[in-house]
Amino acid sequence: MELQKLHTDVLIIGGGTAGCYAAITIAENSPDTNVIICEKANIRRSGCLAAGVNALNAYITEGHTPQDYVDYARQDAEGIVRGDLLLTMSEQLNEVTAHLERLGLVILKDENGNYVTRGKRNLKINGENIKPLLADAVYRLKNVTVLNHINMTDFSVTDDRINGAFGFNTQKEIFYSISAKAVIICTGGAAGLYQPNNTGFSRHKMWYPPFNTGAGYAMGIRAGAEMTTFEMRFIALRCKDTIAPTGTLAQGVSAKQVNALGEVYENKYGLTTSQRVHGTVMENLNGRGPCYLKTEGITSEQDDALLKAYLNMAPSQTIKWLESGKMPSQQNVEIEGTEPYIVGGHTASGYWVDTDRETTIHGLFAAGDVAGGCPQKYVTGALAEGKIAAGSALKYICSHDLHEVVDEEISRHFSKAEKFLNGENARFDCEQLEEAMQTVMDRYAGGIRTNYRYNEKQLAAANERISQIEALTETLCAHDMHELMSIYELRERLTVCKSLIAHLEARKETRWHSFAENLDYPERDDENYLCYINSKLENGRIKIIKRRTVKEDEHYEHNDRQ
Amino acid sequence: MSIMIDSEKCIGCGRCAEVCPGNLIVMDSKAYMKYPKDCWGCTSCIKECSAGAVKFFLGADMGGRGSLVYTRQQGDILTWVMECPDGSVKEIRINRKESNRY
Repeated sequence: MELQKLHTDVLIIGGGTAGCYAAITIAENSPDTNVIICEKANIRRSGCLAAGVNALNAYITEGHTPQDYVDYARQDAEGIVRGDLLLTMSEQLNEVTAHLERLGLVILKDENGNYVTRGKRNLKINGENIKPLLADAVYRLKNVTVLNHINMTDFSVTDDRINGAFGFNTQKEIFYSISAKAVIICTGGAAGLYQPNNTGFSRHKMWYPPFNTGAGYAMGIRAGAEMTTFEMRFIALRCKDTIAPTGTLAQGVSAKQVNALGEVYENKYGLTTSQRVHGTVMENLNGRGPCYLKTEGITSEQDDALLKAYLNMAPSQTIKWLESGKMPSQQNVEIEGTEPYIVGGHTASGYWVDTDRETTIHGLFAAGDVAGGCPQKYVTGALAEGKIAAGSALKYICSHDLHEVVDEEISRHFSKAEKFLNGENARFDCEQLEEAMQTVMDRYAGGIRTNYRYNEKQLAAANERISQIEALTETLCAHDMHELMSIYELRERLTVCKSLIAHLEARKETRWHSFAENLDYPERDDENYLCYINSKLENGRIKIIKRRTVKEDEHYEHNDRQ
Repeated sequence: MSIMIDSEKCIGCGRCAEVCPGNLIVMDSKAYMKYPKDCWGCTSCIKECSAGAVKFFLGADMGGRGSLVYTRQQGDILTWVMECPDGSVKEIRINRKESNRY
């Protein structure tokens, strides 16, 4: 590999929604600041919005306030949220929405020019081209350099302060060391930890992008950053097989969740995100499955609108309807829960940040799905966090000089990658070890096939086996840069799995059905667990830290780093 | 579910390989889907392809019946074309300036 050393004021890792918007914010407020965006694929279609998005699900509609949004998210998460993060995010939602519209996003309006809302917090859009719109806006910026097809893998940190990061090109034999005054991490959440719904040819037809491997979490964990609430996994309720969104059916045509007997069951279990999944699991367990969204009886005009809406976000579902010859008006849509993900845009997992979105590593800021404490972000919340993190990074670089990444550290990371590239005669390949990891997580850490449930004995077994698989990754070898990327992705997932298992073990209660269903402790325990479970890697061991809840009237700072 | 690339139609522009979020398509003189089982089904490549060479299909394991889907673009109109195994063709036209109704 060739070595390239780069320098910049702000390094943004991950060119998804949050990353692109952070770059736009920096350029608008400080046009002379140099920014590099490193993106594993291409910012035009990378991350979870590659196919598009069906609606803007986080907006303060008329008659509501940002505080209402905080209250909603807090209730949905059974209290385990950061009020300060939710409120500062919510206050930005409408402004970033207006900006998105100026960038070209089509938002449905009524005859008076007001946005048409879908439910209490949602706007109707055509979000098929949301990523190309953001990418075009980024490419217009003078001092922002986009490096596509660069997979960043490790931070350089000295005395809890960021110096930059390392990575490599996924296509050409180039290794990068990038020194930066500040780094914004926006790599998204983690998919592919658990055995997915489809296990064969269509194994990657999952809810969250299989290319989001939790890289940002893993980089932070290894660098000693504090993480929060990994145990609050996210499980999406989706259309069976295609794993397409259900919200468009539930909210668009008011389709109710019904069991095989045609009974509406959603009210029986509650309407929070986790309760909707739990209800579906319970109906199946009690012999009343499969479960469906009741679409039979909608009009043929509604059929046509649904075919188009799904093409704009999840084309597989439209093709499924067309190929089967049965439209939703003629046949209810079967639903199922997905495998669990770690994703801070929906639940509260991720970096432990202060109100300004700085992590516990000085100069490292987090935004979007990788940032914890602030669930229900959706697209606009990720933009809002990108904006807040960018503002904080700009402030930070005014008083902090560049700390150049030292050669000795570069050479250590460079050699590690070279070792995989030069290796020979590996006993296992990446795919085998990934399947082994997913099977362990599924069977012992609450996957689909154990109805998302686990106990302490199972978690201990999971931890032991994941550690064994992790050791085996040392023996892998890569024949090209794509395979090198796969090895690093597997290692990232294993790092995330170990933290996740430690978090599941630490929360000795069941606060969220399905998301964290601990069979040893089936009840909610507010006396001991109305708090955050945080973790930090210290001398190779995961240390659990319990922290008190933070309300929205507080400006939280990292005053007691542990 | 995955994609296949019709090498007769492919003009070798490389746009599909450039945008694939999984870096799954590689370029020789033509584009080639190297990792079909790793496809997420986002259809980014299909919308980038002006030659109609990149085609999407549902795997049999998720109920697919062998239809192939590609797109055609003219101004704001994005047309999704589905070639069914019986030779019939279905088209859905979407105006990119129109919002989803739901």
